[in-house]
Amino acid sequence: METQTLIYLFVGASFALYIGIAIWSRASSTSDFYVAGGGVNPVVNGMATAADWMSAASFISMAGLIAFLGYDASVYLMGWTGGYVLLALLLAPYLRKFGQFTVPAFIGTRYYSKTARVVAVICLIFISFTYIAGQMRGVGIVFSRFLDVDITLGVIIGMAIVFVYAVLGGMKGITYTQVAQYCVLIFAYMVPAFFLSFMITGNPVPQFGLGSQVNDGSGLYVLEKLNLVLGDLGFGAYTDGSKSTIDVFCITLALMVGTAGLPHVIVRFFTVPKASDARKSAGWALVFIALLYTTAPAVGAFARLNFIDTVNETSYVEAPAWFRNWESNGLIAFQDKNGDGVMQYRAGDPFSGAPEFGEGSGPSGERIVINDPVTDSANEVYVDRDIMVLANPEIGNLPGWVIALVAAGGLAAALSTAAGLLLVISSSVSHDLLKSTFRPGISEKGELLAARIAATAAIVVAGYLGIYPPGWVAQVVAFAFGLAAASLFPAIFMGIFTKRMNREGAIAGMVSGLAFTFLYIAYFKLWQPDANVAANWLFGISPEGIGVVGMLINFAVAIAVAKVTERPPAVVDALVENLRVPRGAGVAQRH
Amino acid sequence: MAENETGAAGTGGASAYWRANLRLLGGLLVVWFAVSFGAGILFRDFLDRFSIGGYPLGFWFAQQGSIYLFILLIVIYNWRIHRIERRYQLDDDDVDPPGPPG
Repeated sequence: METQTLIYLFVGASFALYIGIAIWSRASSTSDFYVAGGGVNPVVNGMATAADWMSAASFISMAGLIAFLGYDASVYLMGWTGGYVLLALLLAPYLRKFGQFTVPAFIGTRYYSKTARVVAVICLIFISFTYIAGQMRGVGIVFSRFLDVDITLGVIIGMAIVFVYAVLGGMKGITYTQVAQYCVLIFAYMVPAFFLSFMITGNPVPQFGLGSQVNDGSGLYVLEKLNLVLGDLGFGAYTDGSKSTIDVFCITLALMVGTAGLPHVIVRFFTVPKASDARKSAGWALVFIALLYTTAPAVGAFARLNFIDTVNETSYVEAPAWFRNWESNGLIAFQDKNGDGVMQYRAGDPFSGAPEFGEGSGPSGERIVINDPVTDSANEVYVDRDIMVLANPEIGNLPGWVIALVAAGGLAAALSTAAGLLLVISSSVSHDLLKSTFRPGISEKGELLAARIAATAAIVVAGYLGIYPPGWVAQVVAFAFGLAAASLFPAIFMGIFTKRMNREGAIAGMVSGLAFTFLYIAYFKLWQPDANVAANWLFGISPEGIGVVGMLINFAVAIAVAKVTERPPAVVDALVENLRVPRGAGVAQRH
Repeated sequence: MAENETGAAGTGGASAYWRANLRLLGGLLVVWFAVSFGAGILFRDFLDRFSIGGYPLGFWFAQQGSIYLFILLIVIYNWRIHRIERRYQLDDDDVDPPGPPG
């Protein structure tokens, strides 16, 4: 069967599966809608968390980032997994014991303050929308390449699917859909990785393949060969980074703490039956995530080797078919600077900026690039990092069904995360803003309706951001993690671990951490992008890592303010005592 | 160790449980820091002089090893904290319904 037919078949079948699950597990109460009734098995929840967490960025972009950054990409690998240790040890079991629906609910109750609750809602909505806008770019890329439709139509299809299972099913629908999506996405990720690893090293397990010898008879290990090849082309060594140690340190820490503070991840631990299940569930989530995250470095390295092998010093006329496929989408470009018809791939930019194509084709048949060439670089090839995973099966010449599988997997990854984010936005609007703050008299039925309306509105906004992506989207992904690290994490952490932390301290801490981080990132990413170089950074910390400083400011301000203001009331003392032990009221009754 | 506190309940048991929990957390977080920030970042250059198969050791910690060890840390935490909870009779195994005697 033709590859395109297979793609329609795989994607169509997976969509039918998700919608079927959503109808089967329709939510009928607010508890179903917010936390799936609280009865999800920890292993199932771990799998759903993994799908929720692994977005289009993990599935599509991460291996590409690793391929082009080498060691520097370790910040993502450690940062996006190490946060689960913090979650399992410091947050998840206590939040589950607290037993409410949302993160702002915890902050509002623990700090006995509607203001604190509203501040938390603002942080949450800001973090979630920043994140969701990125997902929509992922959906757009995958749809336009694989379904051969216009990006606008693609985003609308994606929104319609998410609408069905997020609005009807709520958390209950999302949980079981995400389990299916995890299975699709991990299978789609592993199959090409096994193929590539086997082709390049003879060892089918990518985690071992990356540490094995290349089977080209040279006796070199994969990483050695990569260092050599890149060195010849003028790149830095793959296993050395170019970022400063302090920056690597801070970005890793900001991503870890940010992960532990992301509301759509935390809320998943509210759905299991017991506090001890929340810990187990965090462990399972990390196991399922690690499967992809330990494979990604291998995929990245193999993809880079393969790319150089097939493209560099190949004449354009003999270029493989995938090269032209992606060239027609504008994600690859060839500017024949020396006019020899052969593609030279070297370090440096081929031309300035993103490619702009002119009318007609060049002497070898390539799309004409009208950007100004960069003269001090011999590089003639532009490649967008995001294509590495999607193009991998084609680069490795794998069968059509593998390509179709990857298309379905990429969509599963983007849609599952989008759904999880929409849900936390709608729960905090309906539960924290309406029910708990502005309309306390609302009935459960009314609240459920409000949650569905909020989810619908959030989908419309997300769809708009996907169809008309504002220029700032790509610039501000650092916001989501930095703000989560600087605002929500310290407030939750201190809420559990210090009884002395009070309303005034927590609010002052959240506001100052948030304001500092926001202004720092906005200054370098939006207002003065030209000034965004290491020399201008505070302590040499890039905007991606600045959440760590914001977090320290939050802690310092909160502790200082709490010292000079009143202790929290006795009822909060009792609440914290109660949070800290897994067994609840049962103990008191028995004795 | 804390044998004499076995079976203690109420506030005394809960606060002893909390102290034991904090000790366990502290130990595990030291390892968490050592394998990622220590081995993967701060001492990477030194560790890269050794290798596992084709992996320079520091690079291995940064892109493979720390992730495996993170999982191990959560497993160890679950196992140890469960024992501590049983010791202070604070686990939530039999909340609903009450567990069988003995």
